Amino acid sequence: MLTKRIIPCLDVKNGRTVKGTNFVGLRDAGDPVELGALYAQQGADELVFLDITATVEKRKTLSELVSRVAHHINIPFTVGGGISSVQDVSALLESGADKISVNTSAFKRPQLIDELAKEFGSQCVVLAIDAKKEDDGEWYVYLNGGRTKTDSKCVDWAKKAVELGAGEILLTSMDHDGTKQGFALDITRTLSAQLPVPVIASGGGGSLQHFVDVFGLAHADAALAASIFHFKEIGIEELKRYLLVHQIHVRI
Amino acid sequence: MVLAIIKYNAGNIQSVLYALERIGVAATVTDNQEQLKSADKVIFPGVGEAGSAMRYLKERNLDLVIKQLQQPVLGICLGMQLMCRYSEENNTDCLGIFNEKVQKFNSEELGLKIPQIGWNSIYGLKSKLFEGIEENSYCYFVHGYYAAPGEHTIATTNYDRPYSSALKKNNFYGVQFHPEKSAVVGEKILKNFLEL
Repeated sequence: MLTKRIIPCLDVKNGRTVKGTNFVGLRDAGDPVELGALYAQQGADELVFLDITATVEKRKTLSELVSRVAHHINIPFTVGGGISSVQDVSALLESGADKISVNTSAFKRPQLIDELAKEFGSQCVVLAIDAKKEDDGEWYVYLNGGRTKTDSKCVDWAKKAVELGAGEILLTSMDHDGTKQGFALDITRTLSAQLPVPVIASGGGGSLQHFVDVFGLAHADAALAASIFHFKEIGIEELKRYLLVHQIHVRI
Repeated sequence: MVLAIIKYNAGNIQSVLYALERIGVAATVTDNQEQLKSADKVIFPGVGEAGSAMRYLKERNLDLVIKQLQQPVLGICLGMQLMCRYSEENNTDCLGIFNEKVQKFNSEELGLKIPQIGWNSIYGLKSKLFEGIEENSYCYFVHGYYAAPGEHTIATTNYDRPYSSALKKNNFYGVQFHPEKSAVVGEKILKNFLEL
């Protein structure tokens, strides 16, 4: 039986993890490769590296990082952040990334998804959506890291992206992100029910029960979180044991 | 030991190289027929589409070379599917080493997410390839097509139905999952292959 996936996300700037961690025992807490390897060893099912570097050196440092990750880590990983062309993706996949995620660039030019899927296959194209629930009760797509509102409904954009060839949807609820009050169960459930591809839920995971809910009630295929892992509020092994006890099928 | 990886127009060769490097083994990526024939072991990797991959192999006569290899050969993912008789993916006649036919998971019928992405368990383990691997160990899969269970099945996995997660015939081995991405279980399977 296919298991539900737990995915730690590492924010990376100039090749270093940001937002900090409180891991003792790491030789270098700022090294994404070392932290990623630790998560892999603890039972993470995949990793996401989100690059937030804004300099012109970005591409080179990111490719170098991806290559180091690929050398050292024995589970799949996705790379995202500012990817906007077939050439960007080609360089990252050649460096050893398993998947890439696109967000704003794909919304602005949806054909990008089609180009990437045709060139590299849907299996490596993850569409990331930042969404927020508005007063009308609908979830809307936001761009540029949540700074720019659009008039597109989250469900519509997700469906279109899947038609164009997106192989997975990484849904982040801006309303829940950072709150530790639980995942956005309603929109996660909606996407999971309406899309033929896996949905990764992100934003709001703060307790063990939140993960049980996002899998059990909202039928997410995977759940992503960052700071609760980085600050050891929840351990991956502990989380997976809890999920198993609550009849959520995970790999241990 | 000389380990060759077949070079063709499919992805993930780099991942396989890195995984081998992690277990301390160097490999040569080549489409040179003599190099492939003379290697001690051959890995046939693959992420991609069956039709264009088979065309590429045929244009370079690699289809004939692969079928005639005498040493242990390990097909991974698309590599395994290409070693089967036929794939529904773009109606492709494949190498025909294994009799099994490769079919598409039917999502409309069962509400399945296609492709299957993630960790699933392997059971009914039969070959030396799985020596020291526990029944129901987890491996990482990414695929929308599967080989049905058949006479060459040496591992089975359930998605909507049981299917072949590994096949073996004589010196030919194929795995549907990605050992190069399957953590310590995958590393052990790669080591087992190298020790065959």
